[in-house]
Amino acid sequence: MFDIIIFLALVAMGYFIGSFSERRHFRSLETREADKLLQPIVTMEDVAYPEDQIQSATLVSGSAVISVDYFKRLLAGLRNIFGGTIKSYESLLDRARREALLRMREAAPGAGVIVNVRIETASIGRRANKKGVGCVEAIAYGTALTLRK
Amino acid sequence: MIVTNIETVPGKTITEHFGMVSGNTIRAKHIGRDIMASLKNIVGGELKGYTRLLQESRDQATARMIDQAEQLGANAIVNVRYSTSSITQGAAELYVYGTAVRVA
Repeated sequence: MFDIIIFLALVAMGYFIGSFSERRHFRSLETREADKLLQPIVTMEDVAYPEDQIQSATLVSGSAVISVDYFKRLLAGLRNIFGGTIKSYESLLDRARREALLRMREAAPGAGVIVNVRIETASIGRRANKKGVGCVEAIAYGTALTLRK
Repeated sequence: MIVTNIETVPGKTITEHFGMVSGNTIRAKHIGRDIMASLKNIVGGELKGYTRLLQESRDQATARMIDQAEQLGANAIVNVRYSTSSITQGAAELYVYGTAVRVA
């Protein structure tokens, strides 16, 4: 009986606090992405800029570790029985990647363009006795080019 | 030291190749952080302690790679790649590698 109460409390905490902080995070992502609209990021190596217009090139990176909440883990566990898309994990990875990309761009405020952007995702802190995602790390990195005015 | 993850340094030409250089580091956070992280696993959200840990580790791995390139006499590293692997619970390996070159 006591176990069930603890379990329900954890699920409720995960649901309420988790969804609240997720909404807040998405709002902050949207406003910060709107600020950065004028700084293009591309995945190609070549850009159309002539070479003498490029002043310097530096490697910039940004990363974020986002953890899943108890409620989402429960949902994902249920999904594993029936199959299908696990929406709760999709938003988790989306947040981690967008946050990493934004941090990379914020690390290069003066850059005209960031080329050859790569995103990597790693699952870290996985426990041996529990399967699945504990928390994910997303890292974004690229070469920031500063342009002559 | 110029570090880029594209194959060249824009505006400069590569005059000499020195081969591959790499740096790695394996770090774990103290138990207090791990307990905080497992509490955070209930409500979700960003694990700031882990983010900082991985960022510091990545900087250290990059510094090791740059040291290695300096010993070879290079002044730039091109085509840099990062990779992360988790080896045990609470510890992560950060690996960074690239090609040391001299540009002029």
